[in-house]
Parts: sequence; C-alpha cells; structure tokens
Amino acid sequence: MSTAPRGIVVGHAGAPARIDVCDVSVSFPLYHGNSRSLKKTVIAAASGRLGQDRSHRVVVQALRDVSFSLVSGDRLGLIGSNGAGKTTLLRTLAGIYEPVVGRVRMQGSINALLDPNLGMNPELTGRENIRLRGLYNGLGSAQLRRLEEDVQAFAELGDFLSLPLRIYSSGMVVRLGFALATAIRPQILLMDEWFLAGDSDFMEKARERLEDMVRGAEILVLSSHQADVVRDWCNRVLWMRDGRVIADGESGEILERYLGHPVPTKEVTGTTRPRNEPPLP
Amino acid sequence: MRRDAGEVRQKGDAGHAIDAGGLRAGPGSAIGAPSMNSAAIEHPNPAMPAVVLEFTAGMSFAERHRLALRDVADAVHLWRLAWMLGWFDIRLRYRGSMLGPFWLTLSTGVMIGMLGVLYSALFHLSVREYLPYLAVSQILWLFLSTIVSEACTCFTLVEAVIRSIRMPFMLHALRNVVRNLLVLAHNVVVIVIVYAGFGLWPGMSLLLTIPALLLWFIDAVAVTLLLGMFCARFRDIPPIVGSLMQIFFFVTPILWKPEQLGHFAAYLPLNPFYVLLEILRGPLIGAPPPLGVWLAASIYSLLLCMGAWLLFVRARGRLAFWI
Repeated sequence: MSTAPRGIVVGHAGAPARIDVCDVSVSFPLYHGNSRSLKKTVIAAASGRLGQDRSHRVVVQALRDVSFSLVSGDRLGLIGSNGAGKTTLLRTLAGIYEPVVGRVRMQGSINALLDPNLGMNPELTGRENIRLRGLYNGLGSAQLRRLEEDVQAFAELGDFLSLPLRIYSSGMVVRLGFALATAIRPQILLMDEWFLAGDSDFMEKARERLEDMVRGAEILVLSSHQADVVRDWCNRVLWMRDGRVIADGESGEILERYLGHPVPTKEVTGTTRPRNEPPLP
Repeated sequence: MRRDAGEVRQKGDAGHAIDAGGLRAGPGSAIGAPSMNSAAIEHPNPAMPAVVLEFTAGMSFAERHRLALRDVADAVHLWRLAWMLGWFDIRLRYRGSMLGPFWLTLSTGVMIGMLGVLYSALFHLSVREYLPYLAVSQILWLFLSTIVSEACTCFTLVEAVIRSIRMPFMLHALRNVVRNLLVLAHNVVVIVIVYAGFGLWPGMSLLLTIPALLLWFIDAVAVTLLLGMFCARFRDIPPIVGSLMQIFFFVTPILWKPEQLGHFAAYLPLNPFYVLLEILRGPLIGAPPPLGVWLAASIYSLLLCMGAWLLFVRARGRLAFWI
C-alpha cells in the first residue's frame, strides 16, 4: 500500500513526539446567573462577601489526577461513559484548557479533530473555507496551495468549490469537512469519536484516508465508544470514569474488563479494521 | 500495567514492521511516511515554532507573562488569518447587495450630509465651516464606538473556535480591529469627498496622523482585549458599555466644537475619548493639537495598555473556561 504522499505534513522531522501528563486536574467553574453578574460581584465585594462567594463557587471536576506518558508509536484509546472526561482530556492535550493542577507537556505538532466544522462558514465558498482552515492551522502559502489541491482531489466537489457552502448537500459538507480535517498530518493526532461517524458509502472511501493519517502520526489519542475501533487502532487504553483514570493498559485486556466480555471479533472487512493488520493476540 | 502496555507496544511494532501496512510505529517504519515527513516541510510551521507546549498549574507571573507574549507572537504570525477573518466579516455583512461594503460609505455620507446641514443651522455656523469638522469627527467616533462595543463580543462570538483548536487569543482581538479598520477605510471616502467638494486641504499637519493612527491601533487592540475578557467573564457588561458610549457621544465634542463650551473647555482633557479623538482629528482639520493633548493621550493609552496586559497575563489561561 505504497501511496503517494497525501496531505500536508506539519511539524519538525527532527524532534520525536512525546506527551507527558502529570497529576493533571481540570475543573470548570460554573458561572450561573449570579456569579456571571458584575453587579452581584461588586455588591458582594463591597459588603465583604467576596470570600464567601468564592468558596461557595460551584466547580465541576472534569479531570482528576490524570497521569500518563506517550512516546512515538503509542496509540492511546480513551474509553468511558459520557461525561467521563474524555473530551476534556483531549482538549487539555490540545492546549485549549490549561490545567489548574499538574503539568502537561506536549512535544510535536498537534492536530486536534474535535469539531468537524471548525471555522467553516456556510456563506463562504468551498475554496475560501479551505483557505481559512489552512490559515487556522498556520500553513504557509505553498502549503495552502497543496491543501487546496489535496482537498479538491479527495472531496470531489468540482465546480462546487467556487460556490457557497450553504447550497451544498449535507453529504458534500461532510466530504469537505472530512477532507479538510484529514489533510493536515501532524505528529500528534487527537481525535474525538464524531470522526468515525458518517454514512457507510462515504466511510468506505474515508477510512483509507483516515488510516493513512493515523499511520502517519507518531502518537494517536482517540476517544471512542466503539470498542472494535479502539481495539483495532490502539495498543493502549485509558478507561476513565468521573474524570479519573481507573484502568490503563493493553487494549484487549482493558476493553474486556470495560465491556465485561471480550471484544467480539467481527468479520474482517474494510469498514471495521485497517487492512493488512495482523490479528491481535 | 504500564509495563504491559510497553510490551504490547513492542509486539505491535514488530507486527507492523513485518507487514509494512499497519500503523506507523515511529520514524523508522516502512510506509514511506518518514521520507514524506522530511520532504513535505517546505515551510516550517510558524504557528507552532518549537512545537513544544507546556503548562504547569500554579505558574508564576513570569511564566504566565511568557505564555502571554507567545500568544501575541503567534497571533502576529497569523496576521493573514486575522486579515482574512476581518475582511470576510465585512463581506458577509453586505453579501448579495449591489454596492457591497460601499453601503457603509453611502449611509455614512447621507447621515453626515443631513446632520451637517441641520446642525450648522442650529449652531448658526456656515456649512462650509461645520460640515468638514462633523465629517471627520463623526467618522472617527464611529470607529471608536464600534471598536468598543464589538470588543465585548470578540471572544464570546468565537466560542466554537476557541473550544476546538488552540489559537492565540490575540488573533480574535486583531480580527475585531482589522474589521473596524476596514470599515474606517470605507468611510474615509466620505471625508475625501467632503474635502474635495469644499476645496479644502489640511496641509502638512497630515503627517501627524501617522503617529496618531499608530496609537489608535495599539489602543484599539488593548481595549478589545480588555473588554473582551471582562465581557466573557461578566455577561452584564455589554449593556453597560453600550450606555456609557451613548453618554460619551454627547459629552465629547463630535457634533459640537470645543470652543462652544467656553471656559468649561479646560475640563475636556478629563475625557479620554476627547484627547484620543483630538490627536487624530486635529491634523485632519488642519489644527494640530497642542503637546498637552498628546501627553494626555499617551498617559491614557499607557494606563489602558497596562490594564489590558495585566488582565491578559492573568486571565489568558482561564478564558477558555469562561466562554
């Protein structure tokens, strides 16, 4: 499967990717009605109640004491129920949330696939959206041209690229979003599960490109509910609950404990596992 | 458990290396990715220079300061994005209209024409004397007041972007400034038309607009950062800002001239909007302001920038949690 280089590779070839997460906690202050208001805060400060207000502030602990390290070659799957902190962990790794406790160190270029429609504007043309996304990712002008060619070749939108997104069919929007997101090849790839959703026809074609990108990344962190995807793509699994890591280890073993039974081995088809993948132990 | 994972990793690597089609294990695998890696980087990515991102909780002021400086440097590298976002904002606002952004010019022109005639009658001034003054004042004020009111939403409106990709926060502030500078550029056409119509030329004092514009740019960025952060945290600020700007519109000499105030004019420099307006308006109407006005404008700007910067250094890391 020796394909021509696809996508735009970002990052420094010299430095290997590495992630160190050390006792990280992230909490969200809940600014509901009262504390959102300047008036209430000023009055509270004037009457000496600010301290009390602060200690009574409701805080949601999204991550608690999370620690792990990943080096080049690691494929980490994040599993756990909704609200377990998977997405918060991905956002913390992406540098969007800065931790309140602990230390995060990310070495290597990062592409975080968290929002399929990042920066896309329905009123702009396909080509303008491509340029915008490229600029969001800090590409230079030569890379922007390559991005446009690459996305054009994959999304097969033809002349629609010069038309505004709002007249696209929903399938075309998905194709464009997917092509854009997978065009930029980082050293560290952070991926949320939405990415694996999509209609099956498209996914057939998309999967090859996605796998190509995953393969190109030195480190993958994938958050997913789909046990078979995690088993196929990851060699290590972090099981999270209420913001804590409750198990960390080899994917088959943790998944079995998580599901309560071994991951059912499906027929090997193009849509469920990468091709040429050796059977896992 | 960690050790288990390590062993699995090694096993995995061996497997992939054999079939050469599995997941790439590192910069030595056989898929051809490494060569692509080195060949494809024609331009090292300016947005991620050293590509090391490090956050430690309980950072010292110096560390926060460093991260804030990096935020600004990254935003400067992304100036093309800020420019494009600002430009698209304007284009989309006037999408599908025949004149496009020149609607701005037209509507400002009509308003200034009407107000100019009306107020010159009210103030018993000649149109020739009053209209150029009003055109310059009104257009500059439009810029100031829109910068301030749109600053309030500069972070809250881009919530989705902030939550899905790490971007320098300064970028969103620059976008606000770029957008309003473009609006100003469209409105300047009205000033040119008025001046041409009356055959006026402000003279060499026009050169003084350069330092004034520079100061305006810096202040615009600072006020956008400051208010953007405050408004992300406290949601009742935008209406307060709105009504304050309304008041300042009337107490600042825009429709009226400072001379009309008599001896009260001595108190005008207490109004920061007055001195800031004056440093740019003076050169444009051929009456460069005295040094004192420049001094006052510099002091106000310094205070504003210091306030904005201190808040930015302190709150930058929390901003993503607030929106």
